[in-house]
Amino acid sequence: MKMKIALTALALGMAATAAHAEATITGAGSSFAAPIYGKWGEGASGVKLNYQAIGSGAGINQINNRTVDFGASDMPVKAEDLAAHKLMQFPTVIGGVDIIVNLPGIKANELKLTGALLADIYLGKITKWNDPAIAKINPGVKLPSLAIATVHRADGSGTTFVFTDYLGMQSAEWKSKVGASTSVSWPNGQGGKGSDGVAGTVHQVPGAIGYDESAYAEQNHLTTVQMQNHAGKFVTPTMEAFAAAAANADWSKVQNFAIDLNDQPGDKSWPIESATFVLLPTDPKDPAQSAEVTKFFDWGFAHGNDIATKLLYIPLPKAVQDSIRAAWKAQLPK
Amino acid sequence: MQQAVTANDAIAASAPRRSIGDAIFAAVARASGGFVLLLLGSLIVVLFLGGLHAFMKFGPGFVVSSEWNPVTENFGALVSIFGTLVTAVLALLFAVPLAFGIAFFLTELAPDWMRRPVGTAIELLAAVPSIIYGMWGFFVIVPFMSTYFQPPLIDLFDGIPVLEDLFAGPPFGTGIFTAAFVLGVMIIPFIAATMRDVFDTVPQVYKESAYGVGCTRWEVMRSIVLPYTRTSVVGGIMLGLGRALGETMAVTFVIGNADRIATSLFGSGNTIASIVALEFPESPAGSLKLSSLLALGFILFVISFIVLTISRMMLKPRLKG
Repeated sequence: MKMKIALTALALGMAATAAHAEATITGAGSSFAAPIYGKWGEGASGVKLNYQAIGSGAGINQINNRTVDFGASDMPVKAEDLAAHKLMQFPTVIGGVDIIVNLPGIKANELKLTGALLADIYLGKITKWNDPAIAKINPGVKLPSLAIATVHRADGSGTTFVFTDYLGMQSAEWKSKVGASTSVSWPNGQGGKGSDGVAGTVHQVPGAIGYDESAYAEQNHLTTVQMQNHAGKFVTPTMEAFAAAAANADWSKVQNFAIDLNDQPGDKSWPIESATFVLLPTDPKDPAQSAEVTKFFDWGFAHGNDIATKLLYIPLPKAVQDSIRAAWKAQLPK
Repeated sequence: MQQAVTANDAIAASAPRRSIGDAIFAAVARASGGFVLLLLGSLIVVLFLGGLHAFMKFGPGFVVSSEWNPVTENFGALVSIFGTLVTAVLALLFAVPLAFGIAFFLTELAPDWMRRPVGTAIELLAAVPSIIYGMWGFFVIVPFMSTYFQPPLIDLFDGIPVLEDLFAGPPFGTGIFTAAFVLGVMIIPFIAATMRDVFDTVPQVYKESAYGVGCTRWEVMRSIVLPYTRTSVVGGIMLGLGRALGETMAVTFVIGNADRIATSLFGSGNTIASIVALEFPESPAGSLKLSSLLALGFILFVISFIVLTISRMMLKPRLKG
């Protein structure tokens, strides 16, 4: 008899657990966004996220094949590709790209650079740190007579896309000769594997310059530089500067939220940054599952902004979050 | 002889069961052998079919084009083939003399109490994962090269034709030379362990006879041990070369990863394995880039096959003799 009661209790207990089972959603793609999705996954109640940071390109492949519930990409997908694979796209958070240097005697944010100079450096047209063009905008800074060693990401990366896209905006020669992509044919310099590879190489080579996600640069106290923005002002890479660029961008004009946040107007705007995107099927096999995904990101927008800021991401402006919610209603099945 | 008799008795005793057991065993053995062929064949086919798009698009030019431009979708294999071959051959230049020295020392010179620990240490080195070598290369060897090794060499050869270009700066620390060095260190244990094992197989009688007629240790090594073990020594070197050709992580860390052919040994480059590992995650399915990467994999397969064939051909006359 006792045994029977115990068994019943056990069965009831199991049933109760089953009723409370969380929905599990799967996502794959951007490694840049992995930390924030991971933290949101821990915080959001009722949804369990299984996210694999396999790279944006692979994430797009997986969502095209519908092997995951959502894909994540650092590079906005073209409108025709979205239509071809029946996908909708929306941004989730924003991240800046910092320029880092290794110059003896020069402290963080002491050196000033412009986009055009940066393009010339990466094109190999400016090869010495004491080049008159650099000296001209850096009065009072003692520039060493060192050769400039450019460092870039060796692996395909959304950060490279943001950076090369920015250089293309600043230099017609860069745009025609090199272009913008997750990996490009670099005119000179050498590649490091991953953010840490770039930071490590820059750290080891005096005279080196590189670029890294702002969160990584900040956490590792890398020597960043000031950049000239669209308004002609020099700005340091801070959360305020990243947020200013996001706020000053005109989100209403772009389709599918595929906004380019590089070189936005505003005195305080940091010129090199980008949103990271999520891709959702507009014809999900299981609409309930798709609803769980939007529920998850809805929670992220409503409650996850502090988490994002702590991890050094910039939350989307409130108005953009609202229009994303509207887009879910319009484009996803009920 | 004793053993053979016992075995025959056992077989005779269980004659009826033997045929079934033998048949099963033979079938399993045959299937295992066939499986290897099937696996190899399907790998080649998959790589070739995957790379077909790139081969059709670029034609034979794919192999000789030094272009690798993901933006314009213009891909060529020359830079990676060059990097793969140069780093592997340089690595052999580092590794073979050292490995030979280790094996020679262990089999001929070392006192008995030293042979076991040193031998075990070499086998342990062979088991170190390549990522460890990569990190060691990046955090220890690269700074060492850029501070103490490359600048003096660049200065030393400055102004001397040819050498000046081979050892041209800037001293990044990374590059072809560093990659080859790390690779060399990685493959030393393989070659050394093989050499030591085969040197030990030389019958003591041969060596003692040679010592008896007054040969020195070196003469014994050159005229008795090496000729006797030549096949296996070359085999060991090929094993090392095979690992050097396909090594991915350790090379990726230290080679500098630039899609250019450097004239300087200190220049950056890439290898087939490293570029495939780096570019694969950002290559959409069905894209020309992915196809080009698979084509690169196929080419690496062909290179390994050629290396193996050459080594067999080199050994053939000696195998017969």
